Amino acid sequence: MTRSIMIVGVGGQGTLLASRIIGNVLLSQGYDVKMSEVHGMSQRGGSVVTYVKYGDEVFSPVIEKGQADLIIAFEALEAARYVEYLKKGGRIVMNTQEIEPMPVITGAAEYPANIVENIRACGCDVVAIDALSLAKEAGTARAVNVVLMGVVSKSTDFGEDVWIKALEECVPPKVIDVNKKAFALGRSIE
Amino acid sequence: MSKLMLGNQAVARGLYEAGVDVVSSYPGTPSTEITEVVSKYDEIHSEWAPNEKVAAEVAIGASIGGARSFCAMKHVGLNVAADPLFTASYTGVNGGFVIAVADDPGMHSSQNEQDSRHYAIASKVAMVEPSDSGECKEFTKMAYDLSEKFDTPVILRLSTRVSHSQSIVEECDRIPHDIGTYEKNAQKYVMMPAYAKPKHIMVEERTQKLREYAEVCPFNKIVWGSTDIGVITSGISYQYAREALGDRASYLKLGLINPMPEKLIKDFASKVKKLYVIEELDDVIETHCRKLGLDPVGKDFFKWIGEYSQSYIREKIFGEKDEYVSYSENVPVRPPVMCAGCPHRGVFYVLKKLGVMVSGDIGCYTLGAVAPLAAIDTTVCMGASVSGLHGFNLARKGEYEGKAVAVIGDSTFIHSGITGLINIAYNATNSTVIVLDNSITGMTGHQNNPANGFNIKGEPATAVDLEALAHAVGIERVRVVDPNDLAETEKVIREELEAKAPSLIITRRPCALLKSVKHNPPVKVDADKCRSCKACMKIGCPAISMSTKKAKIDDTLCVGCGLCEQMCRFDAIH
Ligand SMILES: Cc1ncc(C[n+]2csc(CCOP(=O)(O)OP(=O)(O)O)c2C)c(N)n1
Repeated sequence: MTRSIMIVGVGGQGTLLASRIIGNVLLSQGYDVKMSEVHGMSQRGGSVVTYVKYGDEVFSPVIEKGQADLIIAFEALEAARYVEYLKKGGRIVMNTQEIEPMPVITGAAEYPANIVENIRACGCDVVAIDALSLAKEAGTARAVNVVLMGVVSKSTDFGEDVWIKALEECVPPKVIDVNKKAFALGRSIE
Repeated sequence: MSKLMLGNQAVARGLYEAGVDVVSSYPGTPSTEITEVVSKYDEIHSEWAPNEKVAAEVAIGASIGGARSFCAMKHVGLNVAADPLFTASYTGVNGGFVIAVADDPGMHSSQNEQDSRHYAIASKVAMVEPSDSGECKEFTKMAYDLSEKFDTPVILRLSTRVSHSQSIVEECDRIPHDIGTYEKNAQKYVMMPAYAKPKHIMVEERTQKLREYAEVCPFNKIVWGSTDIGVITSGISYQYAREALGDRASYLKLGLINPMPEKLIKDFASKVKKLYVIEELDDVIETHCRKLGLDPVGKDFFKWIGEYSQSYIREKIFGEKDEYVSYSENVPVRPPVMCAGCPHRGVFYVLKKLGVMVSGDIGCYTLGAVAPLAAIDTTVCMGASVSGLHGFNLARKGEYEGKAVAVIGDSTFIHSGITGLINIAYNATNSTVIVLDNSITGMTGHQNNPANGFNIKGEPATAVDLEALAHAVGIERVRVVDPNDLAETEKVIREELEAKAPSLIITRRPCALLKSVKHNPPVKVDADKCRSCKACMKIGCPAISMSTKKAKIDDTLCVGCGLCEQMCRFDAIH
């Protein structure tokens, strides 16, 4: 059976590193893996999505509405934008951080209130955390992605050592300590 | 060793293993990473060419010289490289010659949705299409054998979902390629009528031989499932169809998509109850099937526009849909924006303020077309800003003189803006051209170019002197200005609009995302002084918001470019 994970966020938030870590974890466990991302225009502060699919044999690299087992959202509005991609009863791990998109900045639209509650009301299993604060606590605001990996790691069948190894493969040695700390803080969330 | 690789990375690996010697490309999403990855292999000469036509010609020259050669481009790049392609089809190759062209169904980052398969048919060259990273590597290697065996250029057709998705690839060793000796052969390589006529005969014979090869080649394969439904498909559509239909269908997956087999297709069709052709964009496979007298379900049923997917196919064929949670609250869109500190911002603010017609081009600065700057009037293709402005000024017969400009990035200017500038000088319109020189090819993810002084490996290289170039083609008025100085930028643009001669303005400041750029500390708003006039909001900077009724600056985004400071009349930003 193929399992599907989506990583969504805002261009510049480090979603690609997160997908690389997950990809390495899955590869080390012997799965067939496909990941898909869109480069180009979307990197300029736009909404970004990465699909990760794994199983015995994966065909299509994309995930569509109603097909994701897990969504990892780096930003609240992006969580709302993609929640319909979740399977009924699927899980969403979301950072409660808010980044205003241009229509909100220019006053053409309002940043929606109560996103977490509204997503929960859809019947999804929501884990909402302030990953930005935890990342800062670990030592850098840029580790939001690794905090979220820590949170996600707990609900997978793969051991902590497998995740740490993937983390070491994906981040430069210079910043591994901050990242390990960020991962541990994420993993400690109940 | 097995690794997760982007389709583009896998193509690069294939080039390495195939012993390819020379790679020349011009960037373009979604093809760019192929050449970026190649540049890490010291065994391969790699370079960024000024445009796709040059890249293809470099590769053709290298092939004639005996090398295995390659160039990569996005779909619209092949329009630019079409001229050399059509005649390289006649000359054939010495060392193998492969062109990768990446289509963009769904237009994730392109100005049109053209289907490059038509080029293979029109130029009569072989075309292969992989459907995942593993095939990207294998097909790339096999393409060289095909090219050398049949004496033809080969086009490797990619698409966004193949280029930009990762799957597992086995790495193998490089097999070095022997370039042999060069022998002059005018009949083969000088395409004038006397030699080209026999070559056209050769091309038709070659197509015939390739057709026979298509019946048995390892690029094409059949996967049997239920014979109630038969699907003929290729590339990413195969992956979507497999996921959608599973073993409820059988599949003829074409990897060699020009020319296509006849017998293989007819045999397959005869063994299934209902025949579908599933292909994104145009009806190329379907048309071929119809020529063979078959009547598959094709574009009368499936869409011509955008990407396909597993859900789309499953719903169309079986009427089955996935259930999903529905979220009914409003979710504002998040379009891409010019980055905080982007040097293009100041220019567009001034152009909007002046209310001029802006003949636009393609690059990060195309974002100058969206709110709140919304300054750009046109965008067609690379270079069209400059030549199009000349045409616009001819049409309006002087009415817009002093009221219209062209804007074009440094890479785009070198690609095909310079020829338009020569035309302005030569055919004399009073046109004002602005080169937005941010010292990099920004849109496609930071490639060096002939104007910035570095080559593909980041080593110092000869840089085009844009000022001297403009003078040399006959433009006497050439100005250089820092676009982050709003007053000066406005003054210079006004002066050049008023001048009674064509001019070139170079707004020069490197892209704020370049590692070599030192940023100022973020600026802050003095809330007591802020009168909430929103003047700072007019520049559309993602770091500035008004959520608290007073202007607020996000210090994780702000790079201290100082534009908002210049906008503020109450001295509230420092
Ligand atoms: C014929 C063609 N080739 C390539 C592209 C892809 N492409 C779009 S914009 C661009 C270059 C942009 O660089 P530059 O002009 O320096 O502007 P910047 O993005 O840095 O502002 C490229 C290569 C294209 N659209 N058309």
